[in-house]
Amino acid sequence: MKGCIFNVDNGYLEGLCRGFKCGILKQSDYLNLVQCETLEDLKLHLQGTDYGTFLANEPSPLAVSTIDDKLREKLVIEFQHMRNHAVEPLSTFLDFITYSYMIDNIILLITGTLHQRPISELIPKCHPLGSFEQMEAIHVAATPAELYNAVLVDTPLAPFFVDCISEQDLDEMNIEIIRNTLYKSYLEAFYNFCKEIGGTTADVMCEILAFEADRRAIIITINSFGTELSKDDRAKLYPRCGRLNPDGLASLARAEDYEQVKAVAEYYAEYNKLFEGAGNNPGDKTLEDKFFEYEVKLNVHAFLQQFHFGVFYSYLKLKEQETRNIVWIAECVAQKHRAKIDNYIPIF
Amino acid sequence: MSGKDKLAIFPSRGAQMLMKARLKGAQKGHSLLKKKADALQMRFRMILHKIIETKTLMGEVMKEAAFSLAEAKFTTGDFNQVVLQNVTKAQIKIKTKKDNVAGVTLPVFESYQDGSDTYELAGLARGGQQLAKLKKNYQSAIKLLVELASLQTSFITLDEVIKITNRRVNAIEHVIIPRIERTLAYITSELDELEREEFYRLKKIQDKKKAAKAIKEAFAAENKLNERNQQQPVNLLEEGDEDLLF
Repeated sequence: MKGCIFNVDNGYLEGLCRGFKCGILKQSDYLNLVQCETLEDLKLHLQGTDYGTFLANEPSPLAVSTIDDKLREKLVIEFQHMRNHAVEPLSTFLDFITYSYMIDNIILLITGTLHQRPISELIPKCHPLGSFEQMEAIHVAATPAELYNAVLVDTPLAPFFVDCISEQDLDEMNIEIIRNTLYKSYLEAFYNFCKEIGGTTADVMCEILAFEADRRAIIITINSFGTELSKDDRAKLYPRCGRLNPDGLASLARAEDYEQVKAVAEYYAEYNKLFEGAGNNPGDKTLEDKFFEYEVKLNVHAFLQQFHFGVFYSYLKLKEQETRNIVWIAECVAQKHRAKIDNYIPIF
Repeated sequence: MSGKDKLAIFPSRGAQMLMKARLKGAQKGHSLLKKKADALQMRFRMILHKIIETKTLMGEVMKEAAFSLAEAKFTTGDFNQVVLQNVTKAQIKIKTKKDNVAGVTLPVFESYQDGSDTYELAGLARGGQQLAKLKKNYQSAIKLLVELASLQTSFITLDEVIKITNRRVNAIEHVIIPRIERTLAYITSELDELEREEFYRLKKIQDKKKAAKAIKEAFAAENKLNERNQQQPVNLLEEGDEDLLF
């Protein structure tokens, strides 16, 4: 019954998305790619996969950045196709996904404006998934105050801005802190939105988003050691929707070195496992790799259930991971640095 | 170079002394320049050695740096633009100093950190460690580059100076000194010639004088004999006076 209500609006798109998912490279494809000697070989192998002739019109010699651009372009086309066919509440859900890219773009534009770079140069550098109508208008704002009053309040990101950043902050705060503050409110909002939708979507998405939130908290803590970021400021950047909330976050806020972070993670079975396997020695997987693997696992699990929106999010994330994998392999091939070529994160 | 060429100088004792002094000067200059050239050559070899070392190291370091960029991109995604937009000024700058090798000033570049990291918190949410590694790798790459630039500049400067010095050494050795020597030999030969001429002249004069003396003596002896024979006055009539015709 639930399935048939779901399928009225979203059945086509879910089917489409699952179809796209089948195009994600398999382990055997990766094995082929890893064997490549040159980028031309790589291109040839990619032609045998779902990517088809996406590099056909590129003149050789092929650059890694071209491959990157083309992969992204293809993903964006697929996503936008789904977005254009979506109806409420899926359309809002898909919009929420794009907000994270918007945050990156906004941050880029704000930085550019603060340093008096021409906006027209920056627009093409923005991520196409995160583009929005008001983006072009940012160049009318000459000062951060104008930017805040005239442009930012009109963007879809306005609620996040209003929550956490005042006009003065734009001038003074470190741009990376602004980005993380925004991302924090975005994650919390997304989490609440998924909760509101309820059902399987909430089950699947809340798990993924909770992990994302916890990962950010842990990584931010680790990366802030030895920087000027104070503990109070750091605590403000933790998204409060994960499993670590509230006790874990409180202890993370007090942590002073890697060991203490690890001690905090030990209370949580999933994260403990990740910390156990991570090491900084050459050959070991880093903590971030472990997190990526776990994220991929969660996203793959999302496909195990039907009639929910999580597949769209998971599809996008898996595809992004795949892009990174291909670019990584391409870089390794281009730089003839084959020792670490197997460090990609397999998806299936 | 013609083998005959020599300084246009009048062959005299004074000129010979002058030439001898010049020869000495030239030889002294030659040995000094030779020493300079040797010192430069030594330094040159050292720099060459260092350049080769740095260049091989450079290859590895650059490779590693480029690879860590790929690694950072793998974890962080595309961060190029944000970093580019954040940059306001160069973080590593270069000071120039001067080094003196045998009177040649060589520029030496030294890199130094100017101000702190402008974008310390980059990759806060993901990939911070990779970014830190990336920064470190590229920093060492830049330091190597600066060092290499300084070596290369010294190399070129030294090369030029060595060429000039060698040219001078060779010029002194093969042109100036032989010319002075030739001049000296010319002067000596000329002086010898003069001496021989003088000697010959003296001999000749002596001969002449001897001959004149002999004639004089013979004449005197004859006179004496005549005087003894003809004690009585001469008969005027016997004098075969020739007729004077007017």
